[in-house]
Amino acid sequence: MADVEKQISRSIGKVRPHQTQNEGLAFEKSSPGKKAYKLPPLDVPKVDSKALLGEAYRPESAGLPELSEIEIIRHFTRLSTWNYAIDLGMYPLGSCTMKYNPRVNEFVSRIEGLAEAHPYRPESLAQGALEIIDLLQRCLIEITGMEAITLQPAAGAHGEFTGILLIRAWHESQGNPRRKVLIPDSAHGTNPATAAICGYQVENIKSNSLGGIDVDALAKQVDEDTAALMLTNPSTLGVFENEIHKIAEILHAKGALLYMDGANMNALVGKVRPGDFGVDVMHLNLHKTFSTPHGGGGPGSGPVACKKFLEPFLPTPVLYTKEDGTKHWQYDRPKSVGRVRAFYGNTGMFIRALAYILANGPDGLRQTTEDAVLNANYIRKNLEDLYELPYKTPSMHEVVFSDKRQAAKGVKTGDIAKRLIDYGFHPYTVSFPLIVHGALMIEPTESESLEELDLFIAAMRSIAKEVEENPELVKTAPHSTRVSRLDEVQAARRPVLRWKPAMS
Amino acid sequence: MRYLPKSDAEREQMLKAIGAKAIDDLFAIIPAEYRLARDLDVPRQQAESEIVAYFKAAGQKNATDYVSFLGAGAYRHYRPVIIDSLVQRGEFLTSYTPYQAEITQGTLQAIFEFQTMIAELTGMDVANASMYDGSTGAAEAVLMAMRVTGRHKALVASTVHPEYREVLATYLRHRDLATAEIGYVAETGRVDLDRLAAAVTEETAAVLVQSPNFFGVIEDIPAIAEIAHQKGALLIVSIAEAISLGIVRPPVEADIVSMEAQSFGVALSYGGPFCGVIAAKEQYLRQMPGRLAGQTVDGKGNRGFVLTLSTREQHIRREKATSNICTNQALVALMATIFMTVYGKEGIRELAEHNLAKAAYAAKALSAQSGAKLLFNDAPRFHEFVLETQESPAQWSQRLMDEKIVGGIELSRWYPELKNATLWCATEVVPREAIDAAARVMAAAPVEA
Repeated sequence: MADVEKQISRSIGKVRPHQTQNEGLAFEKSSPGKKAYKLPPLDVPKVDSKALLGEAYRPESAGLPELSEIEIIRHFTRLSTWNYAIDLGMYPLGSCTMKYNPRVNEFVSRIEGLAEAHPYRPESLAQGALEIIDLLQRCLIEITGMEAITLQPAAGAHGEFTGILLIRAWHESQGNPRRKVLIPDSAHGTNPATAAICGYQVENIKSNSLGGIDVDALAKQVDEDTAALMLTNPSTLGVFENEIHKIAEILHAKGALLYMDGANMNALVGKVRPGDFGVDVMHLNLHKTFSTPHGGGGPGSGPVACKKFLEPFLPTPVLYTKEDGTKHWQYDRPKSVGRVRAFYGNTGMFIRALAYILANGPDGLRQTTEDAVLNANYIRKNLEDLYELPYKTPSMHEVVFSDKRQAAKGVKTGDIAKRLIDYGFHPYTVSFPLIVHGALMIEPTESESLEELDLFIAAMRSIAKEVEENPELVKTAPHSTRVSRLDEVQAARRPVLRWKPAMS
Repeated sequence: MRYLPKSDAEREQMLKAIGAKAIDDLFAIIPAEYRLARDLDVPRQQAESEIVAYFKAAGQKNATDYVSFLGAGAYRHYRPVIIDSLVQRGEFLTSYTPYQAEITQGTLQAIFEFQTMIAELTGMDVANASMYDGSTGAAEAVLMAMRVTGRHKALVASTVHPEYREVLATYLRHRDLATAEIGYVAETGRVDLDRLAAAVTEETAAVLVQSPNFFGVIEDIPAIAEIAHQKGALLIVSIAEAISLGIVRPPVEADIVSMEAQSFGVALSYGGPFCGVIAAKEQYLRQMPGRLAGQTVDGKGNRGFVLTLSTREQHIRREKATSNICTNQALVALMATIFMTVYGKEGIRELAEHNLAKAAYAAKALSAQSGAKLLFNDAPRFHEFVLETQESPAQWSQRLMDEKIVGGIELSRWYPELKNATLWCATEVVPREAIDAAARVMAAAPVEA
């Protein structure tokens, strides 16, 4: 044990094990009669709830915890200290684009006139919100090189759903919805899941030796029954599909469309526009490329941008500007695929994303992309002697290694990831994309300083050395966290998904 | 650019280390004809003070000083200050989905608490870690019921939020799954049980109702459940106003509950982000969409939490997943969790009672004017009510706007048969003076010349 502790404290530049306080569940701290609220005196006559509601009256109160305000503050503050976060350091999750979440975004999203705006308030009282939506739409159309947009989808997968619905509706308008959607084996799981829920058969296409689409194979696979290809560009390997124009031509020649998963747009903004290289429809992740916070898993926002010919099919409502300059929602759209969610989308995220675009301007957006790509390549250069690089193709914003060399010592990508935690970093994305066995998928984003990058590189190099000298240390990591590796098998086999009071 | 932590000298140094001459070397793989040779046509780089000024001006254009009687699936309640203080902690705000459990126990435990609180409130066994919102949650609940039963038809009450029904239609459109709508009884505004009983068959996967429904009326859940269950269909109850559960009997007879938790401390924010959640009976767990946090132990026997049962999800099952959902509404679910903890067992009831009292008073005050009457008065309701006026809503709503009051929303937009009918909502934040003022202004119809 002492040995392990010595190892932990050795040469770990960024972090040392820190004490965090114990904290039970809110329910376990509850005691009857404690209160954290106070309602003002009721200024209308009290009602007899039981008489008013009759059978619909709730006799027993829900078992919510009863705590005072200070206890609640401490409860959630203590819980928060058990989390890693971008605010604490580099979060190199490939494909997730964990960049800095600017605080001014949070501030402006809470401005009263915006935060308190009811979605059904008359449009004459919502012009401020509508102008924000309009400006964001115009910026995103310009950034993607597309021609129309909807901000309604709530997240990336929801955007994919919307985009594939557009494609389907267009094919239907041409007389045949077609049957299948092609998806590379390197794609995110949401792609095939999305195609399936839109009623399409998923046909996988194999990546070539460069990690890209095999254009000749694709030409054979695309036929009159192909509705679309869902392509992530740059791919999940961080590789730009440089034959993208040929891919688009092959699809279009057979009447199929090109869908782009915009998850990796952080590699392209200001440098190249999907609309210019043949993409027909794509989604963006405002919570990746445009800095809105991930918040422990959401909320996101997944705008869908498309070419003009798909515009009639966009979800209702669509924003339009009257001649007097006022903005309104248009509901009468007979060709629309329908709504994909209530109201207009995650407006709070639109505000944050627009604040980010304004803070950057055209020069900042371009510099951001350049720095993101620079950082990934810097990491690649400094680790490629120790970690296997299965695809030598140039990297854009992320780099994917494999654990081939470490696996020979019995250490897998998941172990290396866990050991990174001891060095003060969040793990990279583990075991994805699926086409790389034992993948280490690293996306630093532009938000990392040279100093932080060097610390990360030092950590990865040190771990590679540990794998050689003391693989057990890596295989049993993390050693510095509140809890050690958790028993996921037990969690799934005997699911405990809620707290229950102890039987007395 | 102030968010970028590098000097030009450092950039040069890094390029040199990589072996590149210029940054564009790293973009050489992009065919030259597609590379953007100009600046993007977006507004120039702004100072923080300019950004704040821009959004403040937009907020002012939105007008803030109106009293509003709008509800209809988005509700204004008081939001305790500590919610915002806590969710702005960077450790919550800037953390990712808790796949790496050892360093995300805070988020995971909070989700576990959320799941427990939702189960307690709804009377269901289990709840997930959140859905996008109430509308997509309801659609996913119907798909879930179809998977559970292996049946392909759903019956949907026309008193479910119209936009939720539109979303459901979009979700089902391409899946050979059919829905039919069941109307409501004119006197009560409740789903027509006779028509429902006649429509449910052995092919019905689910009956979807909302309670309180779009008219604010509380449905007779036990009766609906009986009708659905007789033919082996599941009952899904959509709840758009979570606060109602403080005083309204939970839909324990339901098989699945889909709830919108926006009322729990979440800003209206012009319609989002909100917080959907699906809760269900335990036997349907494996068909649930979305993430779930579960309790387990670590190697030393310490209690800990992990995301679990992920074999249902898209990142494992790909095209065979229960849903394509990935990102959810985690931070908003955390807001709801803090809200529920602040109000607690007694507070949530007291708060619900205040809403009940305000709406009862408002319904009485507003229907007292000549020619006005309350529709659906024969059934219990929570904090919304439907008012029919002699004068068209376009006329009186302008008079109200002149007095800085936003009245109820016109129902003819979705229910053409309900002419001159408006849906009003009075939560605990609507002061009595505003209700009295609205009643006074509406009663003062201009004398026709």
